[in-house]
Amino acid sequence: MSERLGSPILNISVFAAFVLVTLVVVFRVSRSNRTASDYYAAGRSFTGPQNGVAIAGDYLSAASFLGIAGAIAVNGYDGFLYSIGFLVAWLVALLLVAELLRNTGKFTMGDVLSFRMRQRPVRAAAATSTLVVSLFYLLAQMAGAGALIALLLQIPNSNTVGQGIVIAVVGLLMIVYVLVGGMKGTTWVQVIKAGLLLVGAATLVTWVLGRHGFDFSALLGEAVEENPSMETAQGVRELGERLLIPGLQYGASDLAKIDFLSLALALVLGTAGLPHILMRFYTVPNAKEARRSVVWAIWLIGVFYLFSLVLGYGAAALVPGGAERIATAPGGTNSAAPLLAYQLGGEFMLGVISAIAFATILAVVAGLTITASASFAHDVYANVLKRGVASPDAEVRVARRTAIVIGLIAIAAGILARNQNVAFLVALAFAVAASANLPTILYSLFWKRFNTTGALCSIYGGLVVSVVLIVFSPAVSGHPTSMVPSLDFDVFPLANPGLVSIPASFLLGAIGTLVGRPDEFADARHAEMEVRALTGAGSEKATVAPKTQPLPKITV
Amino acid sequence: MRDERTLHERVQASPEFAELRSRLRRFVFPMSAAFMLWYLGYVLMASYAPEVMGIPVFGHINVGILVGLLQFASTFVITGIYVRFADAKLDPVAESIRTRLEGH
Repeated sequence: MSERLGSPILNISVFAAFVLVTLVVVFRVSRSNRTASDYYAAGRSFTGPQNGVAIAGDYLSAASFLGIAGAIAVNGYDGFLYSIGFLVAWLVALLLVAELLRNTGKFTMGDVLSFRMRQRPVRAAAATSTLVVSLFYLLAQMAGAGALIALLLQIPNSNTVGQGIVIAVVGLLMIVYVLVGGMKGTTWVQVIKAGLLLVGAATLVTWVLGRHGFDFSALLGEAVEENPSMETAQGVRELGERLLIPGLQYGASDLAKIDFLSLALALVLGTAGLPHILMRFYTVPNAKEARRSVVWAIWLIGVFYLFSLVLGYGAAALVPGGAERIATAPGGTNSAAPLLAYQLGGEFMLGVISAIAFATILAVVAGLTITASASFAHDVYANVLKRGVASPDAEVRVARRTAIVIGLIAIAAGILARNQNVAFLVALAFAVAASANLPTILYSLFWKRFNTTGALCSIYGGLVVSVVLIVFSPAVSGHPTSMVPSLDFDVFPLANPGLVSIPASFLLGAIGTLVGRPDEFADARHAEMEVRALTGAGSEKATVAPKTQPLPKITV
Repeated sequence: MRDERTLHERVQASPEFAELRSRLRRFVFPMSAAFMLWYLGYVLMASYAPEVMGIPVFGHINVGILVGLLQFASTFVITGIYVRFADAKLDPVAESIRTRLEGH
């Protein structure tokens, strides 16, 4: 695309304003960061609704905003299917995981998984899988940052150095948020960002629907009419009415259909295994607030995905050149929402929407970084290396250093993963989370006999199977759209491994449990975990009183 | 004879706790199975019966869009039902056990 799109200076100023405001907030709230509980869990002092908004902020990543709108604009209905999986997945978290996890754990997923197992091996496993999932997710977000920059600053995809520098700036900013603000600062960044994102999307949606007399059917009609077909590298692709039915992306062959089933399974089971989402449940004072936060999150996320349906078809209908132009713009399909904003409100709207998208990436990346660093410091450093006798200060110091390392890795990875569809990359992170984490969490919460051997089998098994299958999948090599198109080692036919790796992990966990020996004091520990999970007796209490309710009396 | 079980084991064996556990499980397991079947059924229908999804209902709105929106609606409804259930049937029992246990 050769024409100029918006003014880079305006884009940067809107973004800079966001950074400035959030930095001030982060500095202000960080003054009360004293203990490990403050740094990791914000003193457990957020209310359910506040945490719900923050969860929406954490969850509605660039994949949701840019990826899904773009997927709908180019692949029609198949993009909509992504958003349904991302939403329905929250029921797993609500019904099976959130409250029990809040009552059982302290800071990390490893707290819950190791509760009645042998601490060191299980914590090491939980930390490994937390780091792998978070890095996959980080990769996706940084790729989104690259795409956006390409569009906003008119840095063409060929200018690796220019895009790399901007990705590095995003990464460094994120490190500052995490180091200074800890969980409290990060949470406020999520809240501000979620608010901006919802308001921004609502504005665009009203605008798009207003152009069509608030008739959604008329909007679909225009999307169909404007896009009879598009030219791709593989030849001409018929669109038209096909935009409104499933199958454009995943319907070409039987294999593609199975691949889609695999993706759908990974999406719905992945959410409740995402470490950065699980960690958010520790920022509220009790299980009831954890429940309230999920309810708030479900409503906000659901409404946002309804918005993205309108944005996606709106982009196909209103952006001149439609799906074809979106697919070939710098940043690829991720550019649909920004292009739509430009079409509707010119430079200013583009600047605002892009700044929101930037903020989105920044906030999610900060949330991922704090989770990964907490898991390393709390599970690996304090409990595996120091056998539980590290001072909380030393633990937080290690967490901060880890955050810097993870930030640097994210920057490097982001530069490598530019131009991949963000929603697709996130789907891979979901597949790893659904394989390595969810089976282990469910077993340890609901299966009395589950033991250390079982936990290690399901974590490492799920992790290895899913990652190996991804490496040997068409997503990585052998196709023009792969990450490494020049090489060809795609032996596994599915782009998403969920269909194989999730059942495999459940199976391995069950076999490991039956083969392994029962843990020491298994009955007593199971009793303690179950009573604590279901009633909250003995669960971690808030260290700071939540603003809306008085400090609970602790009589232990 | 001395009871050698831990405090938590005795609570776990109490009828009140057994009732709490069975209420929770009798609600969340069937509900989870139901929404998973409904979701996977929808995904299979999208993959293997796209022509059904393409049947127009009114204007350009077809069966597929409506069923997709129904997935949103069912998610909101299940959320609401669970919260009412948990507030009324789980929280009071959990709280009574917790108060007794922490008051020890």
